[in-house]
Amino acid sequence: MSNAPTDRRYAKSHEWIKDEGDGSLTIGITDHAQELLGDLVFVDLPEVGQSLDAGGDCAVVESVKAASDVYSPVSGEVIAINEALDGAPETINEDAFGEGWMFKVKASDMAELDGLLDAEGYDALVAEEE
Amino acid sequence: MNKQTVLYPKHQQMGAKLVPFGGWDMPLHYGSQLQEHHQVRQDAGMFDVSHMTVVDLQGPGVKSYLRHLLANDVDRLKNEGKALYSCMLNEQGGVVDDLIVYYLSEEWFRMVVNAATTDKDLAWMEKQSAGFELKITPRRDLAMVAVQGPNAKSKTLPLLSEKLQQAGELKPFNALADGDWFVASTGYTGEDGFEIMVPGDQAADFWQALSDAGVAPCGLGARDTLRLEAGMNLYGTDMDEQISPLEAGLAWTVAWEPEERQFIGRGPLEAQRKDPQKKKFVGLVLTGRGVLRNHLKLFNGEQEIGEITSGGFSPTLERSIAFARVSPDVGERCEVEIRGKRIPAQVVKPPFARQGKAVLAL
Repeated sequence: MSNAPTDRRYAKSHEWIKDEGDGSLTIGITDHAQELLGDLVFVDLPEVGQSLDAGGDCAVVESVKAASDVYSPVSGEVIAINEALDGAPETINEDAFGEGWMFKVKASDMAELDGLLDAEGYDALVAEEE
Repeated sequence: MNKQTVLYPKHQQMGAKLVPFGGWDMPLHYGSQLQEHHQVRQDAGMFDVSHMTVVDLQGPGVKSYLRHLLANDVDRLKNEGKALYSCMLNEQGGVVDDLIVYYLSEEWFRMVVNAATTDKDLAWMEKQSAGFELKITPRRDLAMVAVQGPNAKSKTLPLLSEKLQQAGELKPFNALADGDWFVASTGYTGEDGFEIMVPGDQAADFWQALSDAGVAPCGLGARDTLRLEAGMNLYGTDMDEQISPLEAGLAWTVAWEPEERQFIGRGPLEAQRKDPQKKKFVGLVLTGRGVLRNHLKLFNGEQEIGEITSGGFSPTLERSIAFARVSPDVGERCEVEIRGKRIPAQVVKPPFARQGKAVLAL
């Protein structure tokens, strides 16, 4: 069972990406991903100004169990990071789709979003895995 | 197909995430590993440890057999119920398993061995028993529950028989029996508490009664971070058949005296004891950002000096900690390579936390 919000797109590697309508895209990991990882204890974010390639690893989330790479769903430049996660990585466990956002990018090609899953497609992927 | 303990239906009922471990399906956590960890440090938690094996050793030859089999000396055990931690070594001085052995009488000892190693342990013990008069009996009929935490004893005692309620007076590493029930003041968390053997058909009711008394079910995840904080080794991770107790921080468990006691592995261990190049087993606290994990490499400048054996996040210290095996000239600091970057760490002497508190001055 999943309940992915319909206002955003999803990567098969369990990131969500939301078009904020002002040229910026917010990226985080899904609720399903945080549940698989368990209690998060460390988050390593990209740097503001860093340029990202679609599908490239750009952040790390570490839980009590293991480390996991986070991949950027699109190409672009990092324009903001969620610094609050540094002292409170558990925010992702508590609110993966909201307060637990990880970073914002300015996309170099908005068309890359079209290649990603919608909420229904992501829910189907999760259902398949379970 | 993995084995299941008699408490498996209780774990399912209590919402456990079950994972394969040492040939068994065991609870990893019941929701939050971190909360379970804090529950044990601050109140009381319980673990199903029925996957570990209780082995009874009985007969007139049992004591001389165990003095040959184990690196620690059971001759130190004089009182009924007294326990001893020991390694069981191979001929090369490597660790076959680590275990607790209880003295019940001059002709009856009881051991608790690890789950994943049980079959090889029993085979090894049988092989070594040639020439000694004793019987080795795995007690598959017993389940085992560890209740740990500052309130563990007070929550457990009212659920025990009148005789076993005297277990409240037990000193650490002592046990008391009543029929097939066996209550030991031992554990793997650095907290006060009991490890309790209970007849399998009574285990589910006992588990439920503990839960009703406010003891939280805890999984292997919390068990691992608790034992790491408490400075306790994990077999297969911190030591194995290629590693001697002297390179795993367990020299204190080897009884060198009396000199004439020829326990298995003594020769190679004596030689290693004098080797100035033998590795040191130390604790690490990460001072930079990240999480220490098993097998990460350690450096002093450009020189590789060792490897992490067990690493993780310490919920009590809110930092990452680890055990590591390093070259003997290690200083007070080193660097850990995490994803290609060198991150600074402090070298310390475990334990990191016990009895609810950090025990390191950082």
